[in-house]
Amino acid sequence: MIPLTHYLVLGAILFAISMVGIFLNRKNVVILLMAIELLLLAVNINFVAFSHYLQDPAGEIFVFFILTVAAAESAIGLAILIVLFRNRRSVNVEDLDLLKG
Amino acid sequence: METIYLLTPLACLVGAIVAGLFGKRIGRTGAHRVTISGVAIAFLLSVIVFVDVMNGNLFNGPVYTWAVSEGTVYQIGFLIDELTAVMMVVVTFVSFMVHIYTIGYMEEDPGYQRFFSYIALFTFSMLMLVMSNNFLQLFFGWEAVGLVSYLLIGFWFKKDTAIAANLKAFLVNRVGDLGFLLGIGGVLYLFGTLDYADVFAAAPDFAGETMPGTETLWMTLICLLLFVGAMGKSAQVPLHVWLPDSMEGPTPISALIHAATMVTAGIFMVARMSPLFELSDTALNFVLVIGAITAFFMALVGLVQNDIKRVIAYSTLSQLGYMTVALGASAYAAGIFHLGTHAFFKALLFLAAGSVIIALHHEQDMRHMGGLRRVMPITWITMIIGTLALIGTPGFSGFFSKDAIIEAVHYSQQPAAKFAHIALTAGTFVTAFYSWRLIFLTFHGEPRDREKFDHAKESPWVVTLPLILLAIPSVIVGWIFVEPMLFGDFFGSSIVVRPEHDTLARLAEHNDPGHGAAWQMVAHGILALPVLLTALGTVLAWIMYIVRPDLPGKLAGRFSAIYKILLNKYGIDEFNEFFFARGGRNIGNFFWRIGDVKLIDGIMVNGTARVVGWVSSVVRHIQTGYVYHYAFAMIIGLFVLMTWFLSS
Amino acid sequence: MTFTQLAFYFFATVLIFAAAMVVSIRNPVKAALFLVLAFFSAACVWITLEAEFLAIVLVLVYVGAVMVLFLFVVMMLDINLARMREGFGEYLPIGGLIAVLMVLEIAIVLTSGGFGEEQFPRPEGHPAGFSDTKELGRLIYTAYVYPFELAAVILLVAIVAAIALTLRKRPDTKYLDPARQVTVKKADRLRVVKMPAEKRADRTTEGEA
Repeated sequence: MIPLTHYLVLGAILFAISMVGIFLNRKNVVILLMAIELLLLAVNINFVAFSHYLQDPAGEIFVFFILTVAAAESAIGLAILIVLFRNRRSVNVEDLDLLKG
Repeated sequence: METIYLLTPLACLVGAIVAGLFGKRIGRTGAHRVTISGVAIAFLLSVIVFVDVMNGNLFNGPVYTWAVSEGTVYQIGFLIDELTAVMMVVVTFVSFMVHIYTIGYMEEDPGYQRFFSYIALFTFSMLMLVMSNNFLQLFFGWEAVGLVSYLLIGFWFKKDTAIAANLKAFLVNRVGDLGFLLGIGGVLYLFGTLDYADVFAAAPDFAGETMPGTETLWMTLICLLLFVGAMGKSAQVPLHVWLPDSMEGPTPISALIHAATMVTAGIFMVARMSPLFELSDTALNFVLVIGAITAFFMALVGLVQNDIKRVIAYSTLSQLGYMTVALGASAYAAGIFHLGTHAFFKALLFLAAGSVIIALHHEQDMRHMGGLRRVMPITWITMIIGTLALIGTPGFSGFFSKDAIIEAVHYSQQPAAKFAHIALTAGTFVTAFYSWRLIFLTFHGEPRDREKFDHAKESPWVVTLPLILLAIPSVIVGWIFVEPMLFGDFFGSSIVVRPEHDTLARLAEHNDPGHGAAWQMVAHGILALPVLLTALGTVLAWIMYIVRPDLPGKLAGRFSAIYKILLNKYGIDEFNEFFFARGGRNIGNFFWRIGDVKLIDGIMVNGTARVVGWVSSVVRHIQTGYVYHYAFAMIIGLFVLMTWFLSS
Repeated sequence: MTFTQLAFYFFATVLIFAAAMVVSIRNPVKAALFLVLAFFSAACVWITLEAEFLAIVLVLVYVGAVMVLFLFVVMMLDINLARMREGFGEYLPIGGLIAVLMVLEIAIVLTSGGFGEEQFPRPEGHPAGFSDTKELGRLIYTAYVYPFELAAVILLVAIVAAIALTLRKRPDTKYLDPARQVTVKKADRLRVVKMPAEKRADRTTEGEA
């Protein structure tokens, strides 16, 4: 049978890939948002796996809430993106340095 | 009797408050009526108290307890004994005379009511001071006198010099008061009480007590500190500088300050503290030296002054020096006796000088006077009487007191007594000279300012009456009081003298008992050195200012160095200005520029802000504004956190 | 190798491949599509963990809604890809290093023995007729009812926020308010103006002109 560690390793690899994605696509906000979705997915895999192996549905409940928040986050994130594009005609992170100290 | 004790100072206070607060409503006449009647009541009550005390009714008790703190009781109380009674009578009498005189002197002044309020308050303060039975109240009176003197010296507050003078008086007195306050603190520390009776009773037990880690007696420290206070109030070198400048005030308060209140406070205080001073030879010698220096050198300055009031002011300094020497020689009775006689004739001299000043429409320079005896006979005669008393002409009051002091110092065995004796004896010559110089320049010779002379006339009766009333005691008090005060047991237990210090007793031995000490002193004194020197001074003054009026100028040119030194009052003012004032300013500047501006403002306050600003100007470069930098920071932080968890 | 194992490893591989493509591919549209693939694979992986409800929710909500949103946005925006790709691999070394180190650290934890089969044995599968949905529903509406309502509020806020952010009034649109149109009165539209009759031109005097 599949041991727990395999699921966890899968989560870790996914996590690492999305992190590298953040480093790679540092200028593209859209892909940044996608990478964040992947990060959350990796975490969710861990939750579901533990929930299954511990026979505790609380983990699945938690995933449920994470999905909710992630959906809300991406919705708002994309909305901001739209407004940003409307104002600046660009979604390049390089151009967004108004907070520069 | 307690009611009378309480009423005496309060009568003055009520007068002061009414005249001060309701001066506008009650008008000029009302103001002088209420204050004069207050002081008159105080004088009458003082006389009653005096008679009562003579009959042996002493009083010592609290009137009101102000506060109790850790077992120390702070209260208002009265100690009525012979010393207090004498002071009360002198103070209220002179003050009464000055009040009457003021009606004439301040006639045209817009601050009439204010002036009466102040002088009544002055009298109140002085009465509180002399009637006190504890150090706290003494200090209260002490400071109140200082305050009112400040107000009075700067009475003409639109005059720059008056403001400078009153500030000077206040500041110099502050120096003395600091010593005084420390002395009182020492008393409280050592005895644990501020009550005179308790302190004096316990004093012999602490006589040998030395300060921890030193050889110095506690008593020496306390007495020296208290005497610093007396130096401030009684204008002893080097804290005398305020007194001549206090001439900026109206003449009546000069009389009041110099004769009855204020300057006598120091003398009175030391006499009152005689049980303490007797226990410290060091302090007594210090007192002797300071007094002797003041007596002689201040008299010398009087020689060259041209302002009529300033001459008298320096004579006051000099006479205060005599009193101080008497205290140092343990002849407290002689000191107080001289204080009393001096109060009369000095008040007389001041008021007479004031009379001259009014007659000449506020001209104070003697070089513009002369020949006034023809137009102002009463002033002239009374002033001559005052001068005779001042220089110690045998028979006049000043003679008895001053001669007694000189003799007492002669018999004193303190190391400094020799020096003091010489200074005082020489002082009599100088005193005679400058006193006659004043008389001759003012009243004799030809008028030097014709215009002013033509307008001069004798002063009204409110001015001359006090002069006459003061002239009488100036002549006779000596005869009446010399025997009981100096040789009798007049002061009883109020003054304590250790047998080995008792110079007056030794002086008494030289007089044949039973024959009337006054006559003996006169007989004895006529051929003694002081009187001869006085006569010499008189003659010299006559020669220089009547026979050969050109001589003084020549001498001044000849000895211009000495003349300049005297004219500059030994440069003490300049020294103070240079050393203390400028030094203080420099120190203040140093603390301001370096301490405050640079250290506190610059480094601590602005420095903190600047460091924060600098740090943030460096740190803000971390804030690139790029989202991914923050994301990287978060990821790296997460990584570090994980590593940390793993490794621990 | 059982079917479950086979399915797991297959979908896991697809998932990793899809994720790698998401972060590395040039075209955002393709990235979004790979993300769809990744989510779908993840849903399949979850099936092997008997989390059927969550798996289907993931597909419905993410693949069906969020990803469509992503696609719309990506297509709506005129993205300058060339500039976006500048310095693409600039941070790869440090990012890769950290990622590798993190995986290693997680591996250390996992191989430390705390997560072995002894500690976490594979549980028996659910009996036939067991409803994961029912179980979750029961929990959500009892023990987790407040967090559930909070989540609902968060979603509502997200909706409001998204609309509020993107909504804009276009000044150039011709727009009629039906409600106002219905309630309009004669007085609102019509104004009766009274004026004196004009005089004839030839009678006009010079002064009036």
